[in-house]
Amino acid sequence: MTPFHLWVYLQTTPLFWLTATLAAFLAADALAKAAGRRPIVNHVLIAIALLGGLLKLSGTDYQTYFNGAQFVHFLLGPATVALGVPIYANFALVRRDFWPLAAALLVGAVVAVASAVLVARALGAPRAVLIAIAPKSVTAAVAIAVTEALGGAPPLTAVLVIATGILGAIIVTPLRDALGVTDYAARGFAAGLASHGIGTARAFAVDPVAGVFAGLAMGLNAIVTPAVIPALLPWLIG
Amino acid sequence: MIRGFFILLAFELVGEVVARGLALPAPGPVIGLALLVVALSFYQRRRPFDEEALAASDLGQAARGLLAILPLLFVPAGVGVVQYLSLLREQALAPAVALVVSTVATLLATVGVFLLVKRLTGAKGEA
Repeated sequence: MTPFHLWVYLQTTPLFWLTATLAAFLAADALAKAAGRRPIVNHVLIAIALLGGLLKLSGTDYQTYFNGAQFVHFLLGPATVALGVPIYANFALVRRDFWPLAAALLVGAVVAVASAVLVARALGAPRAVLIAIAPKSVTAAVAIAVTEALGGAPPLTAVLVIATGILGAIIVTPLRDALGVTDYAARGFAAGLASHGIGTARAFAVDPVAGVFAGLAMGLNAIVTPAVIPALLPWLIG
Repeated sequence: MIRGFFILLAFELVGEVVARGLALPAPGPVIGLALLVVALSFYQRRRPFDEEALAASDLGQAARGLLAILPLLFVPAGVGVVQYLSLLREQALAPAVALVVSTVATLLATVGVFLLVKRLTGAKGEA
């Protein structure tokens, strides 16, 4: 077998693209670590770019790639269910501040969905983008599932979700300092609600209380937004 | 560990059955997540456990293992963006502006409502 034939064979096997997915992730993670884990150097986005570039260079279609990567993708389902464990563990916090949390959660979830869809619609974004952008503030596992259930484009959602996380993590601290909000529970909760896991990681870096409330917001929003979107979307998209 | 993974898959399966069976618009794994939270609070009432016991349980270990690799799990779906590059090239402005405006609006609304309701309900333990 010549090296060329070997390559032709390998790039059609699940093993190759599964290995490539892990390799790209490790390389991206090392890069993000070297950059001091700044929000703008996001390891998931870098891994996606590396693999996307590799697909283009090798002329491989997405379906061939996904035949290998589906083994990783499948774990998103049980991992989404697994979010229930930390959510449950943080319920004591919910009891303490029940009304502020419940109100902020509902209003925040509605604003996150409605503002994104309405602004995109006003600027003439096509329907596929409107569906994909609706769950952008929810943790990626749930957002992807929501878009799938609505018949939208999960890859668009994945990229928009990560971009939102990066934006939120960059904006949150300067914005709150400018407004003079010193309540770390409120700051953290908003960061987790608006920008899920990436915002939560940022909140933990600022203050432990903010981090716990950010994680709580991310978890609760993962339950509320999938319920809110089907009710709001027909009305928002028109 | 296997038991923990079984519990997660079983809840996902039940969530999927409930979502399809009742034609709910919410995704199966999210229904499974909600059912797991409900099940844990029922279990807590029958056989009380603390946070440490939950973390050390089969379920806690399986959940921690999966959540530790969560970022990796988004990659295959994200790579699918190669199919939408031309759409994004033509339509980059609308989603970009929408993301910035919406993220700022969401942060402001959430923090504002939280502080307002906390003040109205006579908050304990002001931070």
